[in-house]
Amino acid sequence: MSGRFWHLVERNFLVWRKLLVPSLIANLADPLIYLLGLGFGLGALVGSVDGRPYSTFLAGGMLCFSTLNSASAEALYSAFSRLKVQRTWEGILHAPMTITDVVLGEWLWAAAKATLSGAAILVVMYGFGFARGVAPLAVLPVLFAVGLCFSGVALIMTTLARGYDFFTYYFTLLVTPMGFLSGVFFPLHQLPAPVQAVAWALPLAHAASLARGLTLGDPMPWPWISLAVLIAYGVAGVTIAAAIARRRLTR
Amino acid sequence: MPIPAAPPATPARDPSMTVADPPATVPAARDAAPMLRVASLRKLYGGRAVVRDLGFEVRRGECFGILGPNGAGKTTTLRCCLGLTHADGGTIELGGLPVPAAARLARYRVGVVPQFDNLDPDFTVTENLVMYARYFDIPKRVARERVPRLLEFAGLADRAAARIDQLSGGMKRRLTLARALVNDPDVLFLDEPTTGLDPQARHLIWDGLKRLVAAGKTLILTTHFMDEAERLCNRLCVMDEGSIIALDTPRGLIERLIEPVVVEVYGEGVGAWAERRARAVVERLEVTGETAFCYMHDPAPLLALAREEAGLKVLRRAANLEDVFIKLTGRDIRD
Repeated sequence: MSGRFWHLVERNFLVWRKLLVPSLIANLADPLIYLLGLGFGLGALVGSVDGRPYSTFLAGGMLCFSTLNSASAEALYSAFSRLKVQRTWEGILHAPMTITDVVLGEWLWAAAKATLSGAAILVVMYGFGFARGVAPLAVLPVLFAVGLCFSGVALIMTTLARGYDFFTYYFTLLVTPMGFLSGVFFPLHQLPAPVQAVAWALPLAHAASLARGLTLGDPMPWPWISLAVLIAYGVAGVTIAAAIARRRLTR
Repeated sequence: MPIPAAPPATPARDPSMTVADPPATVPAARDAAPMLRVASLRKLYGGRAVVRDLGFEVRRGECFGILGPNGAGKTTTLRCCLGLTHADGGTIELGGLPVPAAARLARYRVGVVPQFDNLDPDFTVTENLVMYARYFDIPKRVARERVPRLLEFAGLADRAAARIDQLSGGMKRRLTLARALVNDPDVLFLDEPTTGLDPQARHLIWDGLKRLVAAGKTLILTTHFMDEAERLCNRLCVMDEGSIIALDTPRGLIERLIEPVVVEVYGEGVGAWAERRARAVVERLEVTGETAFCYMHDPAPLLALAREEAGLKVLRRAANLEDVFIKLTGRDIRD
């Protein structure tokens, strides 16, 4: 494998850097609103979850959900703009770059950007005292794996899409149900056993398990399997996406 | 205007146009080899052949034109040559490298001006050039050094920091051309480089392209503007329905394929008049609407006949490439 995909990562980084301040504010403000609104609002009604305040429990889930949202937004809407609307990919492919280079670059970039969104939640968690010491920092590489996972899957949608409308289905039919199934907003063990089994087949449950385990010290049933599931989804996603992109663009 | 019948034997390298360092000396044998060699090229879309048994060679240092009506297969041919789409048959060699097998390597020496602008709207003019150089593995420092000359070439020196959406259509085309030069390519592929531009903007692009040919670059361009082809191209081919139906110098095509004089006769009822009176004294006659196009060597008898008829207007002119094109591809609209 060549390192040419770095050119695409570099391109996206340079564009992102131009909008650094609004981007960082959004990264911090969005999760803060969720945590304050849901965590303290709903938390006052719920009381405690698994022996800790609801806001603390929710923050662990939001680490993953925010990373997922950021990875999806970048790999769906932004990448699709570059693929179709702005014809950026087309221009790049006239240079000595391949479709694989471009798709790999988009994948890694979206995962990196998503990691930053997750890291913003971690900062908030430190701020509220939900996370303490250096141990929770171990979640950062996991967040990158979460980013790889969901940007890889999202890129399949992007390379299939004819328009932005298509992505609404992805969120409504896949992302949102998965969010409720995977122990982000309430504990997974509250669901019936068959539903739990379905949830463990989806990557977000593994992401949430790892995130809570590493930041809050919750027990992690299968940490290495969970990490492997995240990476497997991501690699499978980007591989399929590259194949679809090749079919679409070399016609 | 004079049209060179053949490309200059030894293209002079205009030093002001050499954007990068001088290229390493190439073996004489490679220099003599064609820049692009296409043989028996075939491309199907859904079982329908859009390129059929296409073959041509482009010499180093020439400007080669591909003319044809919409849907003739021009863009598909260019995409095949760049390795962006895979042919269903035939061989392509670009800069001595097989395509698509080594297309990516071949593209290090190629610049592309696509039919539709795909400048990066998230970057300024300068950033577009620097970033595009990065895709060729050109270090940022080297790219930055090249920018002023490229902007000067494109007439955009005062727009270095402008955003893309602040540029006019002509400026965007010129920037796209400058971007295609960022790797100091040996050969440029231009797909309808002046479509959609006003006359002033077209002339600026033509001027740039002539300077590139003078600097020794090879140009391969598609167009459906005959004046553009006649002005720029050393040789050109006319494509229709996926095949080359003529290939020569512009002058050669006109001399070989068409009668030298055209008289256009306009007026009400000109069709009936042309059939009744003109047909006998011309070599070829085409009537569309209220115009009769008469082709011949000696226009005197026709002009005499036309003068007898009040209400007819006459335009006499030399045959041009457009006449050749219409003769070869017909007057029907292609969509």
